[in-house]
Amino acid sequence: MAKTIEEINERIGKGKAVVVNAEEVIEIVAKKGLAQAAKEVDVVTTGTFGPMCSSGAYFNFGHTKPKLKAGGGRALVNNVPAYTGWAAVDLYLGATAATVDDPLNKIHPGEFAYGGGHVIEDLVAGRDVRLQVEAYGTDCYPRKHLDTWVNIRDLNEAVLFNSRNAYQNYNVAVNLSDKTIYTYLGTLKPKLGNANYCSAGQLSPLLNDPFYKTIGIGTRIWLGGGTGYVAWQGTQHNPHAPRLGNGVPKRPAGTLAVIGDLKKMSPKWIKGVSFVGYGVSLNVGIGIPIPILNEETLKYTAVKDEDIIAAIVDYSDAYPNGRSDVLGEVDYRTVKSGQIEVKGKKVPTSGISSYKAALEIANDLKDKIKKGEFLLTEKVAGLPVGDAAPKFKPLKERPVKEEK
Amino acid sequence: MVAKKIVLTFPKEKIDKPIVYKLIKEFNLSFNILKASITPDQEGHLVLELDGDKAEIDRGIKHLKEEGVKVEPLSKEIKVNWDKCTQCSACVSICPTDALYVKDRKTMEVAFDPEKCIACELCIRPCPPRAIEVHF
Repeated sequence: MAKTIEEINERIGKGKAVVVNAEEVIEIVAKKGLAQAAKEVDVVTTGTFGPMCSSGAYFNFGHTKPKLKAGGGRALVNNVPAYTGWAAVDLYLGATAATVDDPLNKIHPGEFAYGGGHVIEDLVAGRDVRLQVEAYGTDCYPRKHLDTWVNIRDLNEAVLFNSRNAYQNYNVAVNLSDKTIYTYLGTLKPKLGNANYCSAGQLSPLLNDPFYKTIGIGTRIWLGGGTGYVAWQGTQHNPHAPRLGNGVPKRPAGTLAVIGDLKKMSPKWIKGVSFVGYGVSLNVGIGIPIPILNEETLKYTAVKDEDIIAAIVDYSDAYPNGRSDVLGEVDYRTVKSGQIEVKGKKVPTSGISSYKAALEIANDLKDKIKKGEFLLTEKVAGLPVGDAAPKFKPLKERPVKEEK
Repeated sequence: MVAKKIVLTFPKEKIDKPIVYKLIKEFNLSFNILKASITPDQEGHLVLELDGDKAEIDRGIKHLKEEGVKVEPLSKEIKVNWDKCTQCSACVSICPTDALYVKDRKTMEVAFDPEKCIACELCIRPCPPRAIEVHF
């Protein structure tokens, strides 16, 4: 018995929709079987909350008198450089941007206490930020300097626009070398001292819709505590990653580009983070509802941690040198038990993505749908999948030879 | 048997004297060195966890004081700012004493047991939202 999104939305409107999170659905399917559960369940909600480096926000800060054109000039927000290369008073601020006077890794490992991600959090939290612009001045935009406090409520637009979020699965990072290394997957102790993972596993949006049957361009999502949309496939979207029989990719695979109104988001779910020795980033909360259209869509949402496999990768050598060799594979149930085995050694694990927060997001989205505050959308276009999808490839360098 | 965490400051003229070993030999105490640093020609710092009979610990501390060592209780305290914590668990595999741990493997809730904390501060910087604080 197939359902349509329109029918599900009607049930949501009447307050009759059966909405469960991606953890609860596992038991429902185990108890009732796919056929019965597919009839009963209308929506399964997913969630994830972790550092997503390809995140950022664009702003229009409003015209000054006389007018100023930031384009071609330089802009700082709380001492963090923002991109000015478009029209007069539009800026883009990336999550990983460092403050201009940050010592970076000059004394290794650097602290990276503040950066782009933190500026975005400050804005979302309603705190004033300092905007400094140096412009070159034109006949139509004569002003050359600006130094002012701004607040998100005064900006004409403040839009979160992330080019790569919600990675479908990720590596489990370890360190085979004999010194501590500092990575975007956290601090890794020498000689397999720990193993860090970064996925919400059974709650993760794209792991619950492995072939992007329902999630696509135009899908309305829960973003940073507000509402957003899938804008496009994310950068490095790689549906060709090897998959298990259940469709789940065993390596980092699909990704999403997402967009949403920053003014309606919450600093709880848009949070600047610091990775010692690596840099700054932004923790982004994303929740995606999956309409249960048939048994197949339900079957994918019933995926369990033990059915999702990730690769164990050495971040001291294989990863930085772009080699794809892995030290082994492990399922998320084992990863989340607190200990995995690598090369015969028992290694304690840590999460970089927060499962507890992911569940809170999935539950918040569930409540909003139940209350009729969040309706489901039909995707406008699909994400690339199958043979026709572009392949993700490394850079083929063509070194430029200096003329003598 | 009781355990007591203390901070010892050795004046520079005492750095080369075997003072601490007497805690074992004469007072029957066992200790775990939590932190040690000696700056040449300056002074030495040692953070110890003493284990033993209460009376012996008191006598041992008296001995240290008589030798000119400054003895203070370990007052440095690690606190988790739970408003900032994202419950990611990055700290858990860094913490050498399991003071930071996952309380429940189903919900993956992170918790902190101050009793187990030795204030080594290894967790401070690996915490992405920098939610762990040192209080003096």
